[in-house]
Amino acid sequence: MTREFTLNRYGLSGARDLLRKGDVSSVDLTNACLRAIEDAGALNAFVHRTPEIALERAAAADERLAAGDAPKMCGLPIGIKDLFCTRGVPSQAASNILEGFTPEYESTVSQKLQDAGAVMLGKLNMDEFAMGSSNETACYGNVVNPWRRGNDKAELTPGGSSGGSASAVAADLCLAATGTDTGGSIRQPAAFTGITGIKPTYGRCSRWGIVAFASSLDQAGPMTKSVRDAAIMLEAMCGHDPKDSTSADLAVPDFEAMLTGDIRGKTIGIPREYRMDGMPDEIEALWAEGRRMMEDAGAKVVDISLPHTKYALPAYYVIAPAEASSNLARYDGVRYGHRAKLAQGDGITEMYEKTRAEGFGPEVKRRVMIGTYVLSAGFYDAYYNRARKVRTLIKRDFENVFAEGVDYILTPATPSAAFGLGEMTDADPVQMYLNDVFTVTVNLAGLPGISVPAGLDRQGLPLGLQLIGRPWEEGDLLNAAQVLENAAGFMAKPAKWW
Amino acid sequence: MSIDESTAAKVAKLARIKVEDEDLPALANEFNTILGFIEQLGEVDVDGVEPMVSVTPMRLKRRVDEVTDGDMPDRVLSNAPDSREGFFAVPKVVE
Repeated sequence: MTREFTLNRYGLSGARDLLRKGDVSSVDLTNACLRAIEDAGALNAFVHRTPEIALERAAAADERLAAGDAPKMCGLPIGIKDLFCTRGVPSQAASNILEGFTPEYESTVSQKLQDAGAVMLGKLNMDEFAMGSSNETACYGNVVNPWRRGNDKAELTPGGSSGGSASAVAADLCLAATGTDTGGSIRQPAAFTGITGIKPTYGRCSRWGIVAFASSLDQAGPMTKSVRDAAIMLEAMCGHDPKDSTSADLAVPDFEAMLTGDIRGKTIGIPREYRMDGMPDEIEALWAEGRRMMEDAGAKVVDISLPHTKYALPAYYVIAPAEASSNLARYDGVRYGHRAKLAQGDGITEMYEKTRAEGFGPEVKRRVMIGTYVLSAGFYDAYYNRARKVRTLIKRDFENVFAEGVDYILTPATPSAAFGLGEMTDADPVQMYLNDVFTVTVNLAGLPGISVPAGLDRQGLPLGLQLIGRPWEEGDLLNAAQVLENAAGFMAKPAKWW
Repeated sequence: MSIDESTAAKVAKLARIKVEDEDLPALANEFNTILGFIEQLGEVDVDGVEPMVSVTPMRLKRRVDEVTDGDMPDRVLSNAPDSREGFFAVPKVVE
């Protein structure tokens, strides 16, 4: 195959270096990705393609590169999760209720990426309103994981909710993609597809223009082919935004420059509560291997306790639906999106009820109604306030271990490898929620967390390890993640079948 | 706590989501599964613990209360399912 057809296989840093040397053009890189996308309909990752926008921005990037005026991500083609509002391009959070919605504005994060010179290839599939762990709740249909169990042709989930982003990056349809993470929606799909994904500290990335799910938990982050790429893209996405009142007014460091490869003298905590009954022995073994890698790199590894871990998922399934029920009240058929056809004599209440019944899928309805229930008179204290108190205790668990000198916490990213699409259809909703058992604590505590691919299971599927860092210490966390990445030496790619 | 069909119907009404009567038993059943999972929170000793308001200890920023944007009714209405004469249009709400 000629090089022209394989440029999409590069990551951000590799492509950036070629662009700077003048060895390739952004138009060539972009065309390679557009061809790969064209060829990958079977994965159902890109749901709104924007080739005209991409080629226009690529040509502009080439001019800036030629003029020596190139910002950090100049000319690098990426995908954008459908949750981000992009001006003039459909942005519907994979929901029928936002069908036809084309925003008049651009989200802060996608604007920052554009300002950094990145080229948008299109919008990526996801679970409806980011509610799901298998990308089976989208109005666009399921996303398919490019990985398979050996020669078994069964379709696997890429994880969720950022499943389209994960599948697209793993299959080289783009160099990197944006994701969002409310309970694990960047890190779990990254682990299921053998890529890197970081959720930064709550407040690092502006939430403005990102369709809201649970506002006290939502954070955007990059999904990339390496830790270095994650550092490059995270830096472009971060920064204070007056339009998001919870956006942190802190300087954004040069994260890439912080990748020194040196973690000697650092302390890594291994939380005993993350050792779960019924956890596959391969995940146990990978975790032990990760521990050894960090020791070999000169870090001190200690056993720690995060005693309230068990209560993180139940607290999350009170807080997130409560916030969702409030955030999703705006979808009423008045200002944007779908409005139901009304019968003779129907008033405004029927319009709301029919519009929302038609527009929301079953998982979204379930969560909105659970949220409505836990916030209703008589249950507010028993459920919602209690969950917020438990959240305080979960955060305190982390504060305690950090105060004792722990720099990072090492855990598995997920309790299993990718499972089959449809395999969980008959399970009750709680079984699906258990996918996020290792990631959800990080959202509740507002901490940065990164998933790094670290090995393959017996069936040839990728497995990830998660590192959790101190608040605002993403640079330090990325450095530790790169040490893990180098030691694990994960180079596997899915064999192309699509 | 167990949710019956009438409670499920009440919650659906509060959430403004139309649920057909024949779907209420299954809905009540799902609620009970999820609430059964959430019940574990009752085991935690939360005496004297403050409920979390903001995960990052920072003051919300304030700005001067002044108009910084506006004069774009066409753009505001561009995605509306129904609009007339510069307003969002909805079914009649008063007789």
